Amino acid sequence: MQTATQLEHEVNYLDYKGKYKGIFAWIFSTDHKRIALLYMYSMLTMFVVGVALGLAMKLELIAPGKTIMDPQTYNAVFTVHGVIMIFMIVIPGLPAVFGNFMLPIMIGAKDVAFPKINLLSWYFYVAGALLVISSVLFGNGTPDTGWTFYAPYSFKSGTNLLPAIFGAFVLGFSSILTGLNFIVTIHRMRAPGMTWFKMPLFPWSLYGTAWIQLLATPVIGITLVLVALERIFNIGVFDPALGGDPILYQHLFWIYSHPAVYVMILPAMGAISEIIPTFSQKHIFGYRAIIVSTLAIAFVGYFVWGHHMFTSGMSGTAQYTFSILTFIVAIPSAIKVFNWISTMHKGSINPEAPFLWAVTFIFVFMIGGFSGLVLGALATNVHVHDTAFVVAHFHFIVFGGVGFAFFGAIHYWFPKMFGRMYDKVWAKVGWAFFTVGFLTLYSPMFYLGMMGMPRRYYDYLPEFHAGNILSTLGSWVMTFGLLIIVINLFRSAKNGAIASINPWNSKTLEWTVPSPPPLENFDEIPVYGEKDGPYEY
Amino acid sequence: MEHVAQHSDPHYDQEASKLGMWLFIFTELLLFGGLFIVYAIYRFLNPEAFQMAGHELNITIGAINTIILLVSSMTIAMSTSALQKKNKGLTVLLLEITIMLALIFLINKYFEWGVKFDHGIWPGSEHLLNDMGHGEVLFFGLYFVMTGLHALHIVIGMIIIIVALNKVQKGTVHADRPSLLENAGLYWHLVDLIWIFLFPLFYLIH
Repeated sequence: MQTATQLEHEVNYLDYKGKYKGIFAWIFSTDHKRIALLYMYSMLTMFVVGVALGLAMKLELIAPGKTIMDPQTYNAVFTVHGVIMIFMIVIPGLPAVFGNFMLPIMIGAKDVAFPKINLLSWYFYVAGALLVISSVLFGNGTPDTGWTFYAPYSFKSGTNLLPAIFGAFVLGFSSILTGLNFIVTIHRMRAPGMTWFKMPLFPWSLYGTAWIQLLATPVIGITLVLVALERIFNIGVFDPALGGDPILYQHLFWIYSHPAVYVMILPAMGAISEIIPTFSQKHIFGYRAIIVSTLAIAFVGYFVWGHHMFTSGMSGTAQYTFSILTFIVAIPSAIKVFNWISTMHKGSINPEAPFLWAVTFIFVFMIGGFSGLVLGALATNVHVHDTAFVVAHFHFIVFGGVGFAFFGAIHYWFPKMFGRMYDKVWAKVGWAFFTVGFLTLYSPMFYLGMMGMPRRYYDYLPEFHAGNILSTLGSWVMTFGLLIIVINLFRSAKNGAIASINPWNSKTLEWTVPSPPPLENFDEIPVYGEKDGPYEY
Repeated sequence: MEHVAQHSDPHYDQEASKLGMWLFIFTELLLFGGLFIVYAIYRFLNPEAFQMAGHELNITIGAINTIILLVSSMTIAMSTSALQKKNKGLTVLLLEITIMLALIFLINKYFEWGVKFDHGIWPGSEHLLNDMGHGEVLFFGLYFVMTGLHALHIVIGMIIIIVALNKVQKGTVHADRPSLLENAGLYWHLVDLIWIFLFPLFYLIH
C-alpha cells in the first residue's frame, strides 16, 4: 500500500508551480485535476445563474396572472434556464468534474490520454457558455423557444437564437472531446493487473457515458447546424412551407437528447455505486450486474427517443414500439437500485453526508423513474403530455438524480480534492434543508400536472393556486439548503481540518494517494494483484 | 499491491492517438450520417423532383473531382510509407502534391457553385423559392449544405496536412513518431470517403 511518507517530497496539485503564474497556472494547465476544478468553478457560476432563473419562474407562479414578469420574459427565462441547466450543468456535470479528477487516479494513471485535448474541451465549454450568454445580452430579444429549439418556431422566432444554437453546438463539441478522451484513457491506461472486471464502477459508468457522448452528440450537432442554416438561408429541410418536415427535427433532436439523459444519469449512478459500498463497508452487491446494466442502459437508451413525441404524430406501430422499449430501459435501472439496497443489507452503515445524499438519490430517482413509466405508457402520456407532471418527472430524474449524486460525490471526494474535511454537521443540515425543499418544490407539480396545468405558461387557473404556493415555498427552502452546502464547502476548502489519506476507509485507488494528490498522482504506477479489487472490504 | 517502475515515455502512446483518431472519425461519420438520413427521407418523398434536379449538376466536374480526391488519398498514403522508409524528401513532396490536389478540388467546387449562382440557384434564392417545387428546393438545399460541409472538411484536412508537413520538415514527425502524419492520412481518407458517397447521391442517381 502506498503511504504518505513515500510521496511527501511531491508538491500537491493545488500548490504546484509550473511555467505560468497566477490564473494562467490554471487556465493553461493540462493537469486533469486542475481542469476538473476549472470545470467545477465555471459550472458553479452558470449554476448560480440557472438557479436564479428557476427561482424567478417559481416566484412568477406564486399567484395567477402577472406577478413579476410578462409572458415573453417568462418564455425567455425558461429557455435560458433550460439551456444552461441541460447543456452546461447536467450533461458535463459529473464526467467533466469528477470524471476528470478521479478517473485517471481510480484506474491508476498519471493523467488522461490526451491532456491538451482535455484542456481544449474546457475552452470549448467556456466558448459555448459565452455564446449562449451573448444571446441574452445582445441582439433583439432573448431566445424564447425552450431549450429544445423546436422547429419551425426556432427559425421563425425573431429573437436572438443563432448564438444560443451555435453555443449549444460548441458545448456538444466539448462533450465529444471529453468522451473521446475517457474512452482512450480507459482502454490504454488502466494500471497493470486492473482487468476490465476489476475496474471500479465509476470509471465503468464513465465508459458507458463516453460512448453515448461520442455516438449521439454529432447527431444534435448536425441538427443544430441545419436549424441555423434554415434561419440564415431558408434551406427548407424543417420548413413545412418549403416542403420540409418539422417532425423530422423532433426525431433528430431526440435521437441525441434522449441518450443525453443517460449521459447525465449514468455517471450519477456510477458515483452512487462508489459511495454505497464505502459507507456500508461491504463489497458491492452484483458488481457485474451493475456493469451489464450500465451498458444496457447506454445501448437501449438509443432506441426510446420517440417517447418524447407520442402526441406529435407517429404511426401506431412506432408508438407501441417506443413505449415497450421505454419500459425495457427501466429494467436495468431497477437492477441497479436493487443492487445498491442489497449492498447496504447487513453492512456496517456509516451515515455520513455522502451516504445520506446517496440514499436520498435512490429515493428521488425511484419517484422520478416510476413517474417516467406513467409517461412511457401511451394512454397516460396523452393525458399528462406537456403538463407540470412532465416538469416534475424530469426534475426528479435530472435534478434529483444528477443533483443529489453530484452533492453526494462532492461530499465524498471533497477531502481528496482539497485535502481538508468539511464541517460534517453543517453538511447534514444543508442536506436536510435541500431535501425537504426539493420534495416540497417538485412533488406538487405531479398533482398539478395530473389536474391539467400545462407547462411553460406564466399564468394558470385559480384552482392550481394552492399547489403552486407550496411549490414556490419549496424553492426557497431548497435554495436555503443549497446556500448552506456551498458556503460550508467553500469555507472548509480553506479552513477545514486536514483530512487523512483515506478518511472513509475506502478501497479504490484514489484513496491511496495523498490528499490533495500530487501533480502526477502516483510516484510509481500501482499494480493490481490477483486478489486486489476495488471493493475488497 | 506492489509497484513496478515504468520506463517507457508515458507521454507518447501511438496506439492511443490512433484509437482517438478512429473515435473522432466515428463522430464525423455520424455528423454526416444525420445529413444522409435527411437526404434519404426527402429523396423517398420527392423521387421525381430529386431526379430532375440531379440532371442540373455537372457530372464531368463531379467525376474529375472524384478522381482528384482518390489520387490525393493515394499520395498521402504513399507519404506515410515514404516516412517509414525514412525518405523525408519524398514524404514532403507527396504531402505537397496532396495539398495541391485538395486546392484544385476546391477551385473546381468554386466554379461549380459559381455556375449555379449564375443560374440563380442558391439556398433561399428567389428563383429557387418562386419558380421551383418543394423537391427541388430540398435537393439544392441539401446539395449546398452537404457539399459545403464537405468542402469545410477539405479545408480542415488541408490545415492538418500542412501542420503535419511542417512537423515532418522540422523532424518532430519521423519514422518512430509517425502518429500525426498517420492521423492526418486517416482524416483525409475520411474526407475522401464522404465524397465517394456524395458524388453518386447527388450526381449519378437518375
